[in-house]
Parts: sequence; structure tokens; C-alpha cells
Amino acid sequence: MARSLKKGPYVDEKLAAKIRELNITGQKRVVRTWARASMITPDMVGHTLAVHNGKQFMTVYIDENMVGHKLGEFAPSRTFRSHGGKQAKAAGVR
Amino acid sequence: MARIAGIDLPRDKRVEIGLRYIYGIGPARSQNLLRQAQINPDTRVRDLTEEEVGRLNNLLTNAEYKVEGDLRREVQQNIKRLMDIGCYRGTRHIRGLPVRGQRTRTNARTRKGPARAIAGKKKAPPKG
Repeated sequence: MARSLKKGPYVDEKLAAKIRELNITGQKRVVRTWARASMITPDMVGHTLAVHNGKQFMTVYIDENMVGHKLGEFAPSRTFRSHGGKQAKAAGVR
Repeated sequence: MARIAGIDLPRDKRVEIGLRYIYGIGPARSQNLLRQAQINPDTRVRDLTEEEVGRLNNLLTNAEYKVEGDLRREVQQNIKRLMDIGCYRGTRHIRGLPVRGQRTRTNARTRKGPARAIAGKKKAPPKG
């Protein structure tokens, strides 16, 4: 279900404060965050964030196309394993 | 020949139904169009006069929504955007897996295509 419009987008307060500080001082620094559910706001564009995926921090460069998505969408939390072709099977046998 | 919005010519069906063969036109828009063009929805597509076809074409080109090629392009662009920014939905599109959180342990055949045989898998022995 979609979030109520009344509440507005969810943006992690601590993260937003850090971004604001970076924007004021004009610095560019990788910000570590666990706030995967936080919406990407327009003022994050151009920054690089390190989003936790449960194990490590994935560096995400924020593009203007990403505004409105959530941070977690860019740091996959599952390893994707596919059933390989012949090569994967040969590797498994050895 | 009823050519409306490019290459569509359903024929034999009622216009109300025939219009839905245009990509981007469903029941509601079909009925709206016919109301605006003042055409009886029960007339067959082949019985439409040139002038009526013209009126429908005119309405469609001036409509506030996209139809056929333009609409398809817009949808493709939206998908491409998802793939380019590297978000979860984008990677699901790239891998040809379901995008909206459906299970993939079984089913998901629409996205994955026909089932491939797995080597070494035995058929279940008959009961009894």
C-alpha cells in the first residue's frame, strides 16, 4: 500500500541534516547510512552515499533520475545466484 | 477500410469494441471517444463513414493522452530509466524476472519464459 499523502515523503531526519550541512559547507563526502527506507530528495543529488545492505555499505552516487526512489532500492540485500550453463557446472564438479 | 491512429483496422466488430484494438484505448476511453464524436457505439466498424473515421482520428491526434507508438515509447523509456539508475526494479527488468515481488521459486513463467529442463531431475515414481 502506498504511503499516505498527508504525511509526505519519509526522509530520515539525521541523514537529511547531514546532507543539509554538506550543502551549506559545499563539501562532498561519502555519508554512511542505514536509512534504506528513506526517500531520495532533490538536495541529495550529486552526493555519494554509502547505503548499508545488511552486510556492507554500497556506494551510491545520487543521480537526478533517482529522486523519489528509496535508498534501499540501490543497495541490493540479496546475492543473485543464477543456474549457470556448462561452465558453472564444470566448475562445480571440480 | 477503417484506419484509425495508424495501422488499426478491426472491422466486423462494433466500434465500441473495435477501438479497443488501439494500444492505449480501453472500455472507458472508447466510450468517451464515441460520445465526443457523436457516433452510435453499436455501429459496425465497416459501416463507419469516411467523415466519422476522420472525426475519430481528429479526436485521437488532439487527445491529452498518448496512443500506439508514442505510448509504447513512453513505457519503454520508463523501463529504460529504471534500468539505467540501477534500482531494484531496474535490475529485475534486466534479468527478466518478476518486478513486483512475486515468488520465483515456482511459477513466474510469464517473465521467465518456457521452463527449461534441468539435468539429472528424475520423474516422481508412480504411487502404490
